[in-house]
Amino acid sequence: MKITIIGVGKVGKVVTEYLSNEGHDIVIIDTNADLIEELVNIYDVKGVVGNGASLDIQLEAEVDKADILIATTGSDELNILCSLVAKKNNVKHTIVRVRNPEYSKQMEFMYNELGVNLVVNPELEAANEIFKLLKYPSSSKINYFANEQAEIVELQLTKDSMLVGKPLYKLHSEFGVRFLVSTVERNNQVYIPSGNFVLEENDKIFITASHEDINTLFKKLKVFKQSSRKVMIIGGGKISYYLATQLIKNKIKVKIIEFDKVRCNELSDLLPEAEIIFGDGSDQSLLIEEGLKDVDAFVSLTGFDEENIIMSLFAETVKVPKVITKTNHHSYSNILEKVGLGSAVSPKYTTALQISRYVRSLGNTVTQVRNLYKIVNDQIEVAEFYITETCSFTNKTFKELEFKPNVLIACIVRDNKVIIPTGADYLLAEDSVVVVTTIKHLKEFQDVLLKV
Amino acid sequence: MNLKVVLYTLAKILKVEAILLVLPLIVSVIYKEDTFLSFLIPIAILLVIGFILEKTTKSDESIYAKEGLAIVGLAWIFLSIFGSLPFIISGEIPNVINAFFETVSGFTTTGATILEDVEVMSKGILFWRSFTHWIGGMGILVFILAFSSQQNSRNMFIMKAESPGHKVGKLVSRVKYTARILYLIYITLTIIEIVFLAFKMPIFDSIVHAFGTAGTGGFSIKNSSIAFYQSVYIETVITVFMILFGINFTLFYLIIIGNIKSVLKSEELKWYLGIIFIAILIIFFNTYNIYNSFNETLRHSSFQVASIITTTGYSSFNFNNWPGLSKTILIILMFIGACAGSTGGGMKISRIVIYFKIAIREIRQSIFPRQIRPITFEKKPIDELTRNGVTSYLTAYIFLFIIATLVISIEGKDLVTNFTAVAATINNIGPGLEIVGPMGNFSSFSNLSKITFSIVMLAGRLELFPILILFSPKLWIKK
Repeated sequence: MKITIIGVGKVGKVVTEYLSNEGHDIVIIDTNADLIEELVNIYDVKGVVGNGASLDIQLEAEVDKADILIATTGSDELNILCSLVAKKNNVKHTIVRVRNPEYSKQMEFMYNELGVNLVVNPELEAANEIFKLLKYPSSSKINYFANEQAEIVELQLTKDSMLVGKPLYKLHSEFGVRFLVSTVERNNQVYIPSGNFVLEENDKIFITASHEDINTLFKKLKVFKQSSRKVMIIGGGKISYYLATQLIKNKIKVKIIEFDKVRCNELSDLLPEAEIIFGDGSDQSLLIEEGLKDVDAFVSLTGFDEENIIMSLFAETVKVPKVITKTNHHSYSNILEKVGLGSAVSPKYTTALQISRYVRSLGNTVTQVRNLYKIVNDQIEVAEFYITETCSFTNKTFKELEFKPNVLIACIVRDNKVIIPTGADYLLAEDSVVVVTTIKHLKEFQDVLLKV
Repeated sequence: MNLKVVLYTLAKILKVEAILLVLPLIVSVIYKEDTFLSFLIPIAILLVIGFILEKTTKSDESIYAKEGLAIVGLAWIFLSIFGSLPFIISGEIPNVINAFFETVSGFTTTGATILEDVEVMSKGILFWRSFTHWIGGMGILVFILAFSSQQNSRNMFIMKAESPGHKVGKLVSRVKYTARILYLIYITLTIIEIVFLAFKMPIFDSIVHAFGTAGTGGFSIKNSSIAFYQSVYIETVITVFMILFGINFTLFYLIIIGNIKSVLKSEELKWYLGIIFIAILIIFFNTYNIYNSFNETLRHSSFQVASIITTTGYSSFNFNNWPGLSKTILIILMFIGACAGSTGGGMKISRIVIYFKIAIREIRQSIFPRQIRPITFEKKPIDELTRNGVTSYLTAYIFLFIIATLVISIEGKDLVTNFTAVAATINNIGPGLEIVGPMGNFSSFSNLSKITFSIVMLAGRLELFPILILFSPKLWIKK
């Protein structure tokens, strides 16, 4: 597809990378000539320097021939204007980034009246992700499918874990829970395991199951943690605001530490139920004084990756049960895992995935991409497809279908029930199916089959 | 530098050269010549080396700017070494250095020759000799980018290193499709020229001369070049096509997609046509008393101006006998060269215009020191980076020119010969003046000089840096 991306800052750059690797024809527009030059060299895209909202520049970039326009400049207003101009140029799909909480309340207006097809809000997305981690803190990463009925969670195996030393096919009978180990990362190698695979100490595994079964399993494994009741947040930016709003709604106590007095006042107006502390979040004695040792969870959300990492490490040393770190550099996440900060959230990465998912879902009728996650340093893609109608691969057992190597059907969601499939299972219309694979850039379910 | 990925790409290039050698092989079979073995052996050698190299190296590593430059530099040297094998094996150019010189001259679209009598050569060899022009004109790496299935998002570094001009723009968002469009335009124009020439020439001659024009090379299969045919029709066709191949190919693309307005606005095109017009005008009046006929004077002055400014180097007349003013104009045109993004050589119109504007601004600046005024080209301000790029090109160009002239002058030929020989090779033209004039050749130079010319031709075709970088020890030392 032909895609124009306006504004290649933090988010725009990752979106460019993903979509270019997926084989789309991309034109990027930015006012920063050096940035354009750099990206044109690294990714196979065309660059135009200028203001993306101006008609001349859009025509120069041939926006009128594009299928999708993505506006991710730093300014919400500019993004919306870009979308309006593009719509007049007959672009079918526009995706805009809107971050200001004031605008995010008028989503309906933007979709219906302004014709925007997708509004992305990295801060809100990140806040949602953090909120889920706080609600179910047992795993360091959770990805949801089929309206949160099924999930894929990450678990680091310790020496005394009950899973170690057993082949996978025995696990079900042993624990009495239907779950599937869909990916194993061992010594930087990724495996999509078969039934005879034996788990070892220090393996990082990804488990797929229904939400209840995961909870039961975690309780049996004695790694279950209760939902957080008291949360401390460092930094009072947009993510903090969105997160605090959700936490308060769920009656979770929130303490926000912010070093800018003016922002503190704003926050206290916006969030009367939250406890706003004016002070430097990087001051350890201040954190202790404010009761870091008594909270269930610690979230570092300042604008500086380094500060977030250091403060999270500090929280980890005083044994806060759940520590979540925000980083702008998604590539840091595996370094963070090594030092014990498994729960890291990167807004720009979350947004890039969201956009990538939307783009992939366009133009497919039989199977639609509903969810898309990349795990283990983007080496594995986990995709959920919704099957709209009966077709060549439905009503056939998985034994009959020929799959490409390194493909695993992790679960099927049918009539709100999660099925962990075996070879005798099959797909029906209106099923949601979750696929775990090393194949990149899945667009439709047929991509994992040898023969369609 | 990451030698493995460089060698891997080289392996692919060598295999492509093997495929390209099949064409002259077919020609020699058609004409029932016994030279087909001299193509078969190099094909076998290239395939074997290509496969071994490919198996022992790997591709998964990314290409950065320096690898891009090194791949292009090394590729052209290896292409020329293996490309010279047919000449050596067939015995038609037995001297290894001569064969290398001839091949480099072919690939770099220079058209300078060491052959004293081309007409005795076999058809297969002559075809290969001219075919190298055609391959070199648009660039073999661009060819591979266009038609190989492998995708590497960093291929832009290679495209940049091989394409002529100070700035390489993409026509469409993918390098692969940009390269394909360029080649399609190139092939189409070549075929049209072959058809036009075939009316008045044998088909073999028309193909060979179309290759020479398309790559702006200049190898002819007649000792007296185009003058042999004594045909106004042929000269007119070739003049028109030389000028066409000297135009930035982006403009052809714009015509295809119907954007003629932008083509007419192109500043480089205006300068290019303007310079051609003025040069023809001056030479016309200067040489009028030689021909004493309006038609004859126009015919030779326009053909020669087009031939030199596009750096093709065909001749319709021995311009060595022209008056000094006309010869000087031709030498100036040698340095100017064709448009950026064309198949022509020289310094390129775009750079010359930018130099001119920089000079004007400096003068203005010394009169009005506080005036702020951007330098613009194609209605866009030239940024610092581009300005540094073009000025460092000029510096390197001048140094290379001086060093080459110094080395050539060791053997004691006259100054005009030495100077124009270097100018004709660094700008990829072919003929110079005096000994290397349109009716002369490079055979009398020593081996040292021929190797120097070869390096200079490669450097000139590849915009200096891909070749110069190979002489830097830092490139070869492991980090």
